[in-house]
Amino acid sequence: MNHESFEPLLIAFCCQYCSYSAADLAGSMRLQYPTNVRIVRTPCTGRLEVEFFMKAFEKGADGILVAGCLEGGCHFTEGNLLARGRVGYTQKFLSESGLEEERIRMINISAAQARPLVDHINDMLATLKNLGPNPLRRVNPSKNAEMNV
Amino acid sequence: MIVAQRKSIPELIDILKGHKKILVLGCGTCVTVCLAGGEREVSINASALRISSRLKNLSFEIEELTIERQCDNIFIEKAADAINRNDVVLSFGCGAGVQAIAERYNKSVYAGLDTEFIGILEERATWTEKCIACGKCVLHEYGGICPITRCAKHMLNGPCGGSREDRCEVRADRPCAWQLIYQRLKNIGELDRLKSVKAPKNWNTSIHGGSRVIIREDHRI
Repeated sequence: MNHESFEPLLIAFCCQYCSYSAADLAGSMRLQYPTNVRIVRTPCTGRLEVEFFMKAFEKGADGILVAGCLEGGCHFTEGNLLARGRVGYTQKFLSESGLEEERIRMINISAAQARPLVDHINDMLATLKNLGPNPLRRVNPSKNAEMNV
Repeated sequence: MIVAQRKSIPELIDILKGHKKILVLGCGTCVTVCLAGGEREVSINASALRISSRLKNLSFEIEELTIERQCDNIFIEKAADAINRNDVVLSFGCGAGVQAIAERYNKSVYAGLDTEFIGILEERATWTEKCIACGKCVLHEYGGICPITRCAKHMLNGPCGGSREDRCEVRADRPCAWQLIYQRLKNIGELDRLKSVKAPKNWNTSIHGGSRVIIREDHRI
């Protein structure tokens, strides 16, 4: 199913040591990425809890991109590995709850990889466009107004 | 500690359907440590239940609370207001916690977890069973390794002879308890303990003798 007019709201949790810098570099390089991605800077993807992801979906986010350091390159040694497990755990809860598990994805990016970051964002947005809006927005839009694009 | 595992969201939905105001009640002790029923798991499961409820038009109203311990009156009292203002309690405590709440409040109390066993954190994210609470501990005879819990055949006079490469023949992913017992007794110089034949165990002290109670007269007033 393709949703041509739908502009998904993507929350990108970016580690400050890698992908956040990559996003910054993308700006310096004048690389364009859509405005409907909300970048949230995090001290490390290991700080991200499953609750954060579930709450974001509950409030109407269409998708979540967790962008951590390359495996083996985490500033805190294993934060990105913890995040990988938590993203997988969130996917289980999403599919059990009735949402598509493709709505959350983990990627590994270094601070120098501005172009791959933009490609990942575009790819994730394409996936979300294909999935359509988070059905919770349709079910109870008033409660989720704060998350509307 | 008591080790438990989560039930799936469809299982919980099936248990809760028909109810509206639901208290998801976590426990801050054993089930928090085994990552099954603490504050964090309560929050995750409550979110998942809310999402599922809205997608299925079940109109759940979910409140979250985690108390220090669900098997103790002092802490249960702290949940009284929350329990009273909801129709039903979904307890994320162990089986003891669920029953402690159910005995004290005249409303439906459901188990949100499957209570599995008494065990320890063996390594990161891996819990193993160590004790079946048989009521008559024999660990001193076996170098601190319980043959009743850890041998699949509960053999007091082992080994059975079926182990392969120190693995249990019933569960190949688990070590043979009798191999461990032998090695342990050898290491501490107590192999002689294996020379005596142990008498059959009296299981009356276990759950087979009915639900157990312990009364300490010296602590009664």
